Amino acid sequence: MSDLTHAAQPSRLSLALASMRHWLRRLAANRSFLLGAILFGSICVLTLLTPLITSVDPNALSVRNRFKPPSDQYLLGTDNLGRDMLSRVLNGARLSLSIGFAVVALNAVFGVFLGAIAGYYRRLDDLLMRLADALMAFPAVLLAIGIAAALGPSAATAIIALAVVYIPRTARVVRASIMVARELDYVQAARAAGARDGRILWHHILPNCLAPLIVQLSFVFAYAVLSEAVLSFLGLSAPPTQPSWGVLIAEGRTYMREAAWLTVIPGIAIAVTVLGLNLLGDGLRDVLDPRMKVEQ
Amino acid sequence: MISFVVSRLLQAIPILILVSLIAFGIIYLIPGDAAVVIGGPSATPEELEQIRRNLGLDQPLHVQIATFYINLFKGDLGRSLTLGIPVMDALIARSPITIGIAIYSLVLTIVIGLSTGMLAALNHNRWIDQAATLFALLGVSLPNFWLSLVMIVLFSVMLGWLPTGGYIPFTQDPIGWLRTTTLPAAALALLQAGLLTRITRSTLLEVLNQDYIRTARAKGLPEWIVVGRHALANVMMPVVTMVGLVLSVLLSGSIVIESIFGIPGIGSLLGSAISNRDYPMIQGGLLFVTTALLLLNIVIDLLYTALDPRIRVKGR
Repeated sequence: MSDLTHAAQPSRLSLALASMRHWLRRLAANRSFLLGAILFGSICVLTLLTPLITSVDPNALSVRNRFKPPSDQYLLGTDNLGRDMLSRVLNGARLSLSIGFAVVALNAVFGVFLGAIAGYYRRLDDLLMRLADALMAFPAVLLAIGIAAALGPSAATAIIALAVVYIPRTARVVRASIMVARELDYVQAARAAGARDGRILWHHILPNCLAPLIVQLSFVFAYAVLSEAVLSFLGLSAPPTQPSWGVLIAEGRTYMREAAWLTVIPGIAIAVTVLGLNLLGDGLRDVLDPRMKVEQ
Repeated sequence: MISFVVSRLLQAIPILILVSLIAFGIIYLIPGDAAVVIGGPSATPEELEQIRRNLGLDQPLHVQIATFYINLFKGDLGRSLTLGIPVMDALIARSPITIGIAIYSLVLTIVIGLSTGMLAALNHNRWIDQAATLFALLGVSLPNFWLSLVMIVLFSVMLGWLPTGGYIPFTQDPIGWLRTTTLPAAALALLQAGLLTRITRSTLLEVLNQDYIRTARAKGLPEWIVVGRHALANVMMPVVTMVGLVLSVLLSGSIVIESIFGIPGIGSLLGSAISNRDYPMIQGGLLFVTTALLLLNIVIDLLYTALDPRIRVKGR
């Protein structure tokens, strides 16, 4: 008997694939998502293909070739020490994006964990949300700067500082959707059937929070790239030997008059990345979670 | 109304306590011995001892916390390590400059944000709408320090319209103040205006679909009265709620912007505190700015309640 019902129903995997195809089709029809995916995707592809695009050492000095404007030989020009800007911007991308991605990953883990606990166990809710309120009362970038200034400059510092700033915000989003999902009939049914808290949370509640979480994380990625640029501009992120985009802007700043490309190009790289991520987030929100559209 | 004010203030107390604890705890994030980090590698043992004593690091933790709060109630945020003056004095002396620019920038933000948002909504789905949407998106995507640098090159170096930096107090020379603050205020405002544009646009689009707007149009009111009087009143609400957020971002941005333009406000004070590892100043600055914002948000909440009859009726 059980075999019969099993055969009649589509397998879990094919169901999952079908629903994925459904969402992909709807996303592909969303202009904002498509444009964002193209912008952010091309930045990612360029970053991944860096070794194929240029083999020049981003820190190789060439005193004879200082301040070369963009040309055939130096696609993005050279800086005050004759270093190849194409290589520097591409290698900077790797660092900026890695830091952004690490912040997103920490947000996904701790934001979901803390949000789930706060939303599911009412007793911890008050304490955790007061803490989140306090952390969110600080202006975001200011708190990140304060934490980074204490920890001392490094890429890890930037990641930790930005994670601390954005995790409370992610946890709030998760908490809000968990509090809704917790009261749904089938969750109550699972509880009545004697399922344990962990199972209810993981199997029944969390999948419901996925859409707002994905939307939130894409915005966190955008904020993280932007804020990391501020931190590294202030010299609070990775050291100048591994320049991220903010460092490049800070270095180019001295030569704005005679070599504007040194500052303008890394800024455009940041803008394209963040714009792409914001468009991506907008598109995801429209498709996955239309309710959030009204609030924003 | 009075009970609302009191309850709103009471709600802020636990947050203020946590905020101050976080600011207090920042110094414990310093890896290793904080005195060594502050004193630098050349500091003698006596100097290190002196730094520890000045910061109270030689006391047990509970004494440190108690002293911190006792001083806090007296309005004492400690002494700046590099300036040698009380942190509170430095912050208060510098804050009018930052507040002035923040207000200027806020006005620019609201004017630009409201007008672009309205233009977009009134020309829904036409090219103006698309352009405004793009502007709004760019606003949240550009790094503000980069925008300032580009603006300096464009308006100061190439066109020569405005000075590249410096500051002239308003009381000394209002025109000079405008000339020195316009670029920084605009750099801060352009980004914030993007956010406001999006909100104005979506709210206005929603409001324009309401029945009472159709009624207003149906009875033959000219469009500018329909939009200007009937619709705009409802658009102002989200704008007022936004002000707290906008100011928060403006103040964060001022650290970098003031340093770039050489404006001696709180932002550049904190900027140099960061590069000099002046931790009492960093702690104090964080606490000062955040407390000011919290109080400001309460005021905004009250304003909001006073402005919006719907909330008043609910008898909050």
